[in-house]
Amino acid sequence: MEELLQHLINGLSLGSIYSLIALGYTMVYGILQMINFAHSEVYMMGAFFAYYSAKLLKLENSPSFTTLLIILFITMAMCSLLALSIEKFAYRPLRKQPKLNVLITAIGVSLFLQYVAQIIFGADPKVFPTLINDQLLFEVAGVPVKSFDVTILGVSVTAMFALHFLVYHTKLGQAMRAVSHSPAVASILGINVSRTIAFTFVAGSSLAGIGSILVGIKYQKIEPMMGTMIGLKAFVAAVLGGIGSIAGAVVGGLVLGVSEVLVVVYGSSQYRDALAFGILIFILLFKPAGIFGKNTIEKV
Amino acid sequence: MIQKTILKVENLFVSYGAIQAIKGISFEIQKGEIVSLIGANGAGKTSTLRAISGIVESQGNIILNDINLGSIPTHERVKHGLAQSPEGRGIFPQMTVKENLELGSYSRSDKEQIEKDLNYCFKLFPRLKERLSQFAGTLSGGEQQMLSISRAIMCKPELLLLDEPSLGLAPIIVSQIFDIIKNLNASGMTVLLVEQNAKQALSISDRAYVLETGKITLTGKGKELLNNDDVRKSYLGV
Repeated sequence: MEELLQHLINGLSLGSIYSLIALGYTMVYGILQMINFAHSEVYMMGAFFAYYSAKLLKLENSPSFTTLLIILFITMAMCSLLALSIEKFAYRPLRKQPKLNVLITAIGVSLFLQYVAQIIFGADPKVFPTLINDQLLFEVAGVPVKSFDVTILGVSVTAMFALHFLVYHTKLGQAMRAVSHSPAVASILGINVSRTIAFTFVAGSSLAGIGSILVGIKYQKIEPMMGTMIGLKAFVAAVLGGIGSIAGAVVGGLVLGVSEVLVVVYGSSQYRDALAFGILIFILLFKPAGIFGKNTIEKV
Repeated sequence: MIQKTILKVENLFVSYGAIQAIKGISFEIQKGEIVSLIGANGAGKTSTLRAISGIVESQGNIILNDINLGSIPTHERVKHGLAQSPEGRGIFPQMTVKENLELGSYSRSDKEQIEKDLNYCFKLFPRLKERLSQFAGTLSGGEQQMLSISRAIMCKPELLLLDEPSLGLAPIIVSQIFDIIKNLNASGMTVLLVEQNAKQALSISDRAYVLETGKITLTGKGKELLNNDDVRKSYLGV
């Protein structure tokens, strides 16, 4: 029982990271109907932004809550800038082209960033700075709860609530939802569609930046190819929840995280990655719209 | 009475790829008028409205209150006094009625006047007030059309563009909507109305233009066109 509880905590903290990254996929899909495959590389770059900014500010050996916050904000800002440039220079010129062109461009941007990162940062893994100490905080029913897991869950839940507030309780969020339903109608009401799309990229990439720091804290190792697998899994989480749905991305990420941990513990760690893709195949076969997805009717 | 031209369209062309939808039309609207564009499916009525509001690219001049809209991006045209209730109503079904109306006043900051305009909409369409917190997608067709018109009113336009407000509605609702358009006009709103329902449209219009495959073939006072033999044959089914 205690063991199961421990695994659930692990699964939730892993799942909340998947959720954060899945939100970026789902938001961009919601507004542009395209899968932003470069999202996983924005996440990877986030880890390096955090690594180097901690080094530059000489904060790599002074773990504290303030350190974490400073690095979080710098990384979110840098990831936003990166995503804004990708949107502006790679995606925006193609906005009136068929969706497939943008999709292929996104894959190109993703590969470009992977290899540029290997050239600049080197292909060897780096040790992520200790931004926060891992200590025992308290015990629940005999299960030790450590500060890493609390930080990961706390930060991601806060970020998700902030996103929910942004999307459902601000004017900007209202504009985002309007553009996602119909850019043409949004624009005749006075909404600047390009700016709203840019803000969506900022929101999604900030969450990816947060995710990269949480992964750095949890696994302490970063490298230029780290985005590939987690990006694919977050994508599966977004599809599982229903792509385009914000609640879906959160639930999809948590379900995937918990089931992955349970498969490793009670099955075999070899099936860890297979599980995500098994879920993807299953969802696409039996409920392609995902858990929260609407049945969309293609009008012709 | 000195008339003031609010909208002047000169030699307007709209193309979708190789297909030319509008082939050089010119028309104008005076302040305080209701002007209709009537014509069959595919005549280019909606394309004309879309060109005016900037959703599609066009060649030619569109001059609103002496300002050429050509260089003004779509989302800034609302500030110059243009609002549209688009084809198919264009409401946001997953937002509440309230949120839809708020989006109408998106680019305004005059809070008191917004409140007044909102009350004005509720006076025109009391049904909307009852359904304020309901999702717009759950409204009936007529209510959605009312919402779409109200949202356009919330833009505080000088010129209101209405794209087929009668489409898909029961006859009794259609007369209601046309009465409201007449009332709106009586209180000073200039209206450009696009309709397939030529009879209703002509009977409330000051003037009208008949569009056929991208060209204006006939123009005149609303009542005159109602009695015009060609119009009666082609559009009124008499």
